[in-house]
Parts: sequence; C-alpha cells; structure tokens
Amino acid sequence: MKKLDLYTSIVGKDVIEELHQLAGLLKGRKVVHVNSTRKGGGVAEILRRLVPLMCELGIKTKWKVITGDDDFFKCTKSMHNALQGNPIDIPESLLRIYEKTNAQNAEVLRKELEEADIVFIHDPQPAPLIKFCPDRRGKWIWRCHIDISRPQRHIWKYLRNFVVDYDASIFSIVNFAQRLPHPLYIIPPSIDPLSEKNKDLDAKEVYSVYDGLGIDMGNPIILQVSRFDRFKDPVGVIQSYRLVKNFTPSAQLVLAGGPATDDPEGKVVLEEVKTAAGDNPNIHILLLPPESDRTINALQRGADIVLQKSIKEGFGLTVTETMWKGKPVIGGNTGGIRLQVINHHTGFLVNTPEGAALRARYLLHHPEKIKEMGYKAKEFVRANFLITRHLRDHLTLMISILYGVKERIEL
Amino acid sequence: MKNKEIKNSHPFIIKNCMLTTIATGEKAESLRELRDKLMDIHPGSVYYHFWGGLLSPRFEEPEFNNDFAAWAYRALRDPVLAERLAMIDPTPFADIEDLRQEVIEVIEERLYETEIVPVVKPDEAFCFIRSQIVIFDTYRRLIEPKELASVVPTLSGGSIFYHFIDARRRTDERIDDFRAWLKGFGNTYNDLCDMLAAVDPYFTTLVELRKTLSKIFKTYFGEDEKA
Repeated sequence: MKKLDLYTSIVGKDVIEELHQLAGLLKGRKVVHVNSTRKGGGVAEILRRLVPLMCELGIKTKWKVITGDDDFFKCTKSMHNALQGNPIDIPESLLRIYEKTNAQNAEVLRKELEEADIVFIHDPQPAPLIKFCPDRRGKWIWRCHIDISRPQRHIWKYLRNFVVDYDASIFSIVNFAQRLPHPLYIIPPSIDPLSEKNKDLDAKEVYSVYDGLGIDMGNPIILQVSRFDRFKDPVGVIQSYRLVKNFTPSAQLVLAGGPATDDPEGKVVLEEVKTAAGDNPNIHILLLPPESDRTINALQRGADIVLQKSIKEGFGLTVTETMWKGKPVIGGNTGGIRLQVINHHTGFLVNTPEGAALRARYLLHHPEKIKEMGYKAKEFVRANFLITRHLRDHLTLMISILYGVKERIEL
Repeated sequence: MKNKEIKNSHPFIIKNCMLTTIATGEKAESLRELRDKLMDIHPGSVYYHFWGGLLSPRFEEPEFNNDFAAWAYRALRDPVLAERLAMIDPTPFADIEDLRQEVIEVIEERLYETEIVPVVKPDEAFCFIRSQIVIFDTYRRLIEPKELASVVPTLSGGSIFYHFIDARRRTDERIDDFRAWLKGFGNTYNDLCDMLAAVDPYFTTLVELRKTLSKIFKTYFGEDEKA
C-alpha cells in the first residue's frame, strides 16, 4: 500500500485524489529542499514527511542539509533571535563566516541546485546560497518559518540582500510577511498524523512512558513540550505552575525539550530553567534525545493541561500536535498560535503567567470542557493543519510559480 | 412540467480549484488607514477577504463572515462596526467595485460617528491578502442532470467553490455553473434552478454547502424517478 493511501481514512478519499490530480501537472519536475539540520526543530520534522510524499507523487524531490561549524550556527542563532525582534548585534566577523559557509556549501550543492526546476530554501541559514548559484535555471523560493514581523532592522536589511533575488517567499502567517519585490505566499506548516509523534497510542503505553520517567499519572499533569529557548518562556511556565499549585497542590509540571544541532543557546536556557525550578520534586525537567517522538506523543496524550506559553512563535507545531490528540491548548497570544488556538473554542490565548494559571485552573475544574474543546481542536487540525493540506499548498504554489503568477491559472 | 425532449449537447465538466494566498504587504493599523488602503487595494484582495476564508484555514464556527468584520471586533474592539460589516453579503454584488464601495461607506459612516480613531498594536494590523486561483480538470464529465445527485456529494470543497461560488464571477448571468448548465436543457429544470438560486452560499462552509446541494439534487431527482 502506498503511504498516501494510508491518509484516506483520516482526511477522506477526495483529498487524496486531489493531490494526485495536482501532482499530475508536476510529474517529473526536479525539486530540492535545503535547510540546516536533519534532526531537531519543526523544519526538519516537516521535511522528513513532506519529501517522501512528494516523491511518491512522481515529483523528483531531494532534501539537502548544509553544514557549518560552531561559529556559523552561533551567527545564525543570533540572526534568528534578531529577526524575531531581540536587540542583538552580530559581529562583522561572524557574518563573513555565515557567507563563507554558504559559499562552501554551494560548492557541494551547486550542480543539483542549478539543475532543479524548483528550489526551496528554508529559513535564513542557507539563504545566501542563491548568490553562489548564478546559472540556476529553476525558480527559487525562500521559505521563512520564523516570526519576522518586527525584526531588528539592520539584520533584516542584511538578510534582505539575499532574499530579494528569490522568485517568491513563503511565510507561515500573513503578519510575518515583509515587503519584498516578489510574491509573498502564505502557507501554514503542518503535522503528520501517522508519524511516531502523532499516531494513536494505547493507554497502557502512555502510562508506561510516564511511569518510566517517574511521573505519577494519578495526579494532575501540566505539560509544555518545547526547546529550551527564551521565546518559549519556560520560566514563565514555572511561574504559572506555582500559581496553579496554590489551588491544586497535587499538580505536577513537566517541561520536556530536546537539543537541536543548530541551537547553541539551549544549554544556557536549560540552566536558567533548572535554577527557576529549584529543588521542587514535582517539577520534572526532561531533556529528551532527538529520537523521542513516541515519548512526546505519550506525554501529550497523558497530560491534563498542555501549555505553549511562547512570547514569540513562528507557528507552534507542538500546539498542532496537542490539538490533534484532542486536547485544548493554553497558548501564548502570539504568532502562529493565534491561528490555531481559537480563544474559548480550541483553547485559550494568554499574555502572562497569571493568565496561563487562570485558564489551567479553569480547565482542571471543568474536565468536561477539556473534552468539548479538545474535540473542536482535533477537527480544526484535521481540516487545516495536516500534512495533506500542506502538500496540497506546496503543489499549488509550484504550479502557480511555474505557470506564471497570475490571478487565475486555468490548466 | 418537465420536458424530456431537449438535450444539452455539452457535458458538465467537473473542475477543481485551489487558492494560493499571497500577502500584498499592505497593512492598516487604524480604521482610517483601513479605509484609505481599501480605496486602492487590488480588487482580488476585496474578493479574498469576503470569499477566501472558505478555502483557507478558518474555524468552522466563525463569529463573523468576512475578515473586515472580524478585525473590527478583535483588533479595533468595535462591536458596532463589526456587526455592520458582518451584514454585508457579497453575493448580490455583481461587481467587486460595488462591494468595495459598500465596505468603504460602512467604514466612513463609523468614522463620522466616532470621535477617536483607535489605533491597534502593530501585530494586530489588518494585513491585506490577495488570492490566486489554480483551476484544473478532474476529467469527470456529467451527461445527464440526474447524475448530479450521486456526484455532488463526492465533490471536493475546491470543486464546490469553483462551480457554485467562483462561477458567479465568470458566467454572463452571474449564476452558478449548475444552473448555467441546467438552463441548456430548456425549461426542463426550472424548478431545480429555483431551488439552487435559493441557496445562500455565503453564511456557511463548503462542507455545509455540499450537504445542502446534495440534498437538493437527491430530493429533486428522487421525486423525478418516482414520477
């Protein structure tokens, strides 16, 4: 059985047929995706799923990963933070390393990139590759996964020099789009309902995961799954938890995160989180290895309350994952979380640790609401944020850009 | 009376469509700015903010049916304006420019009434989006109208959008494709056309719309068979 057919029972036959019809118009085209990590983070996760499905549909799709040393990733992490609004200056020397690393990667990738019909470059790390591929014959698209709605202007000005050469850009939500001299497509990301992280698990396995981690499922569990990153506000989550604990003394907090190879700041933030947690035995800080998808799945399924209290967020795939498991999310009122958490319907949007605590208390005392909102959350994800919709959007965009960006394209 | 003599020589060609959404880069941070930008924005953007939601990520129970009304409520926190904008039904507007004028008039009326023009936070700005429609053939063809009863329930949201909503922009009579095709059979299906004309395509979702249309075709052709 083909992998795409496995989605029929989840999204319906018409959706799968539609994908085949669209892909028929792109058969044999060469597509290359480029990013900077194969493991860790939402981008790698999306590509791991999207690329094989595109191949199955007859599109010759490859996924390439650029390499770099510590200084390169230090530079791109600072750039990431500055683009999300943090006041950071990046030394000229690091920017030179950033460009040099891209030039070196271009030496390895040039042939494939220049021959491709469509090249998707993900996020700022590989953005300068375009400068080093002068004989490119296809269309190049810059895919921005992060919130650059209010970037540090000098860093955006620097990066923009590379991005203007692209044929189009993609942003996760419209508020992130910056003015550029090419079409700015809006495509939200997605999750794969068949992946280890999202597939159904039985209650026994969920229990066994919690038991193995030494967490008692008999008491209420508040969970946040995210990298140890200041934008995810893990310290704010601890503050919320302490407020909830005043009213539900048996509550426990689980902060589960993992390292990503392109995130050198994680260790520092992890230390800050450990300091904030102190020696409270009911706060469980889990540093999970990259291949912990099934564990995360179980954690999300077993939690009573799930938070994603980010203060900046590109899209927030952990929100999508949680909603797919039929749970409402208490999410930071920012970025892509707003697109998913429909206040009072699929979860609650909050602005402070106090707000998160208030909503957690409410849900803990109204379990029937968790069920009702969780059902709506799951159906909302089914209609809008599964990989089949994402694939459809990519195919449509590819057709659009290959056939000319007109208001109507009739094929 | 149903006249079986007249045949339409053209089959009904089932098409499907996808919308890609494209940011225009234009944003409004106050009601006055919204009015000003609306005057010049690409007509495709006005169309998108009324109809595009049907094919884009959107909660199935939206409080407001167009993006202008939703923004007035959530960002400007002006329920009066939100209610007035929400009541603008784009269906009867044959020309997108007339629809644009109607929105501008409602906003201007509100600007006249209010002494203070609220400004929203930058991350709550109204972002103008336009859409691009990609239309493709599904290679399914209908010869007899009665086939509609079994085929319409299986159509994708994109096909429903294309034949029942988008059609109003491109057919001479500004009607949906089903009626346009049925009229090719003379007066035979006038009753059915009247039933289709009564369907309000705006205050609903594509899933609901498909259900409504399916029911109409099934009811109509079910009776036809009995006769």
